[in-house]
Amino acid sequence: MEIKNAFAGTLESGDILIQIAPAEQAGLQIELDSTVAYQFGEQIKKVITETLTGLGINDASVKATDKGALDCTIRARVTAAAVRATGKDVWAD
Amino acid sequence: MQRLRRTMMFVPGNNPAMMADAFIYGPDSIMLDLEDSVTMAEKDAARLLVHNALKTIDYGNTEMVVRVNPLNTPYGKKDVEAVVKAGVHVIRMPKTETADEIRELEAEIVKVETELGCVGRTQIMAAIESTLGVINAYDIATASKRMMGIALGAEDYSANLKTQRTPEGMELLLARQTIVVAARAAGIDALDTVYSNLNDMETFRKEVELIKSLGFDGKSIINPRQIEVVNEVFAPKEKEIQKSLTILAAIKEAEKRGSGVIAVNGKMVDRPVVIRAQRTIDLAIASGIIKKEDI
Amino acid sequence: MNSIKDRAALISEAAARMGKDTFKGTANKNTMARTEMTQQGAKVTTLEDAIRKSGLQDGMTISFHHHFRGGDKVINMVVAKLAEMGFKNLHLASSSLIDVHEPLIEHIKAGVITKISTSGLRGNLAKEISHGLMEEPVIFRSHGGRGSAIANGDLKIDVAFLGASSADPMGNACGYSRSENAKSICGSLGYALPDAQYAKHVIILTDDLVAYPNTPYSISERNVESVVVVDSVGDSSKISSGAIRDTKNPRDILLAKQAAKVIINSGYFKEGFSIQTGSGGASLAAVKYIRQSMIDQGIKASFALGGITAHMVKMHEEGLIDRLIDVQSFDKVAAESLKNDPKHQEVSANEYASFDEPGSATHSLDIVILSALEVDVNFNVNVLVGSDGIIRGAIGGHPDTAGDSALSIIVCPLLRGRIPCVVDEVTTHITPGSSVDVVVTEYGIAVNPRRPEIKERLIAAGLNVVEIEALKDRAKSIIGEAAPLPFGDKVVGIVMNRDGSVMDVIKNIVD
Repeated sequence: MEIKNAFAGTLESGDILIQIAPAEQAGLQIELDSTVAYQFGEQIKKVITETLTGLGINDASVKATDKGALDCTIRARVTAAAVRATGKDVWAD
Repeated sequence: MQRLRRTMMFVPGNNPAMMADAFIYGPDSIMLDLEDSVTMAEKDAARLLVHNALKTIDYGNTEMVVRVNPLNTPYGKKDVEAVVKAGVHVIRMPKTETADEIRELEAEIVKVETELGCVGRTQIMAAIESTLGVINAYDIATASKRMMGIALGAEDYSANLKTQRTPEGMELLLARQTIVVAARAAGIDALDTVYSNLNDMETFRKEVELIKSLGFDGKSIINPRQIEVVNEVFAPKEKEIQKSLTILAAIKEAEKRGSGVIAVNGKMVDRPVVIRAQRTIDLAIASGIIKKEDI
Repeated sequence: MNSIKDRAALISEAAARMGKDTFKGTANKNTMARTEMTQQGAKVTTLEDAIRKSGLQDGMTISFHHHFRGGDKVINMVVAKLAEMGFKNLHLASSSLIDVHEPLIEHIKAGVITKISTSGLRGNLAKEISHGLMEEPVIFRSHGGRGSAIANGDLKIDVAFLGASSADPMGNACGYSRSENAKSICGSLGYALPDAQYAKHVIILTDDLVAYPNTPYSISERNVESVVVVDSVGDSSKISSGAIRDTKNPRDILLAKQAAKVIINSGYFKEGFSIQTGSGGASLAAVKYIRQSMIDQGIKASFALGGITAHMVKMHEEGLIDRLIDVQSFDKVAAESLKNDPKHQEVSANEYASFDEPGSATHSLDIVILSALEVDVNFNVNVLVGSDGIIRGAIGGHPDTAGDSALSIIVCPLLRGRIPCVVDEVTTHITPGSSVDVVVTEYGIAVNPRRPEIKERLIAAGLNVVEIEALKDRAKSIIGEAAPLPFGDKVVGIVMNRDGSVMDVIKNIVD
């Protein structure tokens, strides 16, 4: 799937900023900066990976700046960024 | 117990922290907003956020409402799909002017519900925000079996009326009364407009007292701080509660005797009185004045 | 005959019996005008000279107070001077340390400071220490615990450097000034009073040298060896920043209102009750919301204790709180009130909250409302170490007031972002669960099983009483399971219980 640079989310408390760019190498490269990195870093990366692969995106470079977002917020922001990056919406047109 | 709708709290649909928190303040309904509080550039992201929040966050017994964008915008239909799929209780249609708009919304809802196999799950409420909408209030209120309420949106309405809002609210009187009358005639709820000056709680309280006396079921609110005031105003008085308890006891007594005639102190009790008594007790329980077990 | 000569033998005999000398006459009177004498004040000198005269040596203990909180200027100024003079291996014993004391990092790296005792640490200094900056672990004590330790000799102070908003040349000092040249005000000097009383050598730093006698004073000249005039001891406007602020946050307001309902229905809300609030938006605001009930029910408090705020001063002035006992003035209004109102009493840390001081005011306290970083299912509380394992708070008077009061109420949100505040086990044990009675969160109120009567009263009042496990589970269901923290094997902090025993240790965090 072709990917453009795109982002979704904010840097406000309880939110996460997801920036997606075309992959420089095969697979998903996730760079995470989180206020709760010690406790939830792995979980956040897992949610990002699952959401992207669920949308059929297996190669991309992702930068995530997390301010304590819950999983449902991370899922929403990753999906929004992916939709913007691919131009392919998850809802019927 | 019938659902109480004293407070319907507006929460911007693109603010995850506020969406996660709204529940703790105990509003009767939470309205996640995809319309005016979300910029055009963020409509897609807010829709996904609301969808995921509704699917994941435990809002307890709170009624979950989403205000979607009008169907004639590029966002409306996607909004409906996203929130119906997430199991929203009520879709709030903004700026409703005709019954056809409600029927169009219903058709969109049915489309998604059919796909999910849950036809009839989603309720509708209409916000009336124009003079035409006020004129058509009863038609709108009866446009669908899914209608649970109509609400006044006073900002657009006052502009349409070529006036502005005042603390006394005389300019809104006709609209308010029309909406209450239409809602009552249709057997659904009537909700009043928002009051946005958070620094003037006294005027806010007066407005809540006014709309309660006009017959409204509740008020749209924009901040958790307003909840306590609304609940205080809507809390029934001790005398009212005692009277209602007596009436409900008389009903039970009549049921036991197998009689359809309900009498309190030798006087016949009419059905409207019974309904009002039940509502008073519901409010008293919700306000924490009496407990369910005590009845 | 009975002249003095005749009695000489008897005088000698009486003296011999008492083991005393007989009177030999006095030296010549000092006839200098007393205004000159007191105003010249042999104690007034420069900081460097005062340090030299103090006999301070490498390895000794120096002490400070933190009444100016975020506005403190004394600690950084004095330690910089000590570094410049070449001192090494000093033990810094401050009543607390906060963000503004970040420059200490460099002095620790340079070996000027090699040991710290404090109530808390914040900001980058805390972060560095959590990562293992110091060889020796930091000793953490509560305010009452520090008062005890100083009084009973566990914490021996060689030289105390105490900032004061006014002092006279003889050393009489206090936390405000009545002169026209007043530059600063911090109100109570409660945390500095044990240092003033027990340190071997006391240096007062002041930004307003006033005429003798600076009465009423907090620190008496009899305890003071030197007086140093500096440009500024602290920025009063920064006292009520950071941990202490008037909240507009709806969640804090919700918590404060719930806490107020707990107080009102606890059984302790009676004529003459006493109350204290800890720092933190919700706990400070709770007092605001019991005010109306006090008026409605005609109930007055006998005293408010501890950190005194503008809210409390207002209620005192309205006649709702009779007396104020102030170990720390939390804002400028409180500091001014301490200066002007004789019913607003300053109290020393050890007479405020010492475990082993029978006269401690906390022993007479009914209700305390406190905040927390974490509470666990056994009601233990952590106010010192963040859920990320990094030190970010202060013990303050938490365990002192929780332990001594008749009713302790902890107010904390269930979640701070994705950080849970009700957990299986607190990261660090500060206040034992046995002294914590009620935990108020936005998702419900939990009552310690040790207090069934309180639980019953709160349920009867219609409050949302839940089990503490249910709160912990609720938090987990929202945020998920947190991964264990990457602690190392080095002990970077030791938490002392208020009775002088070792309560817990804090391990370093590894990135």
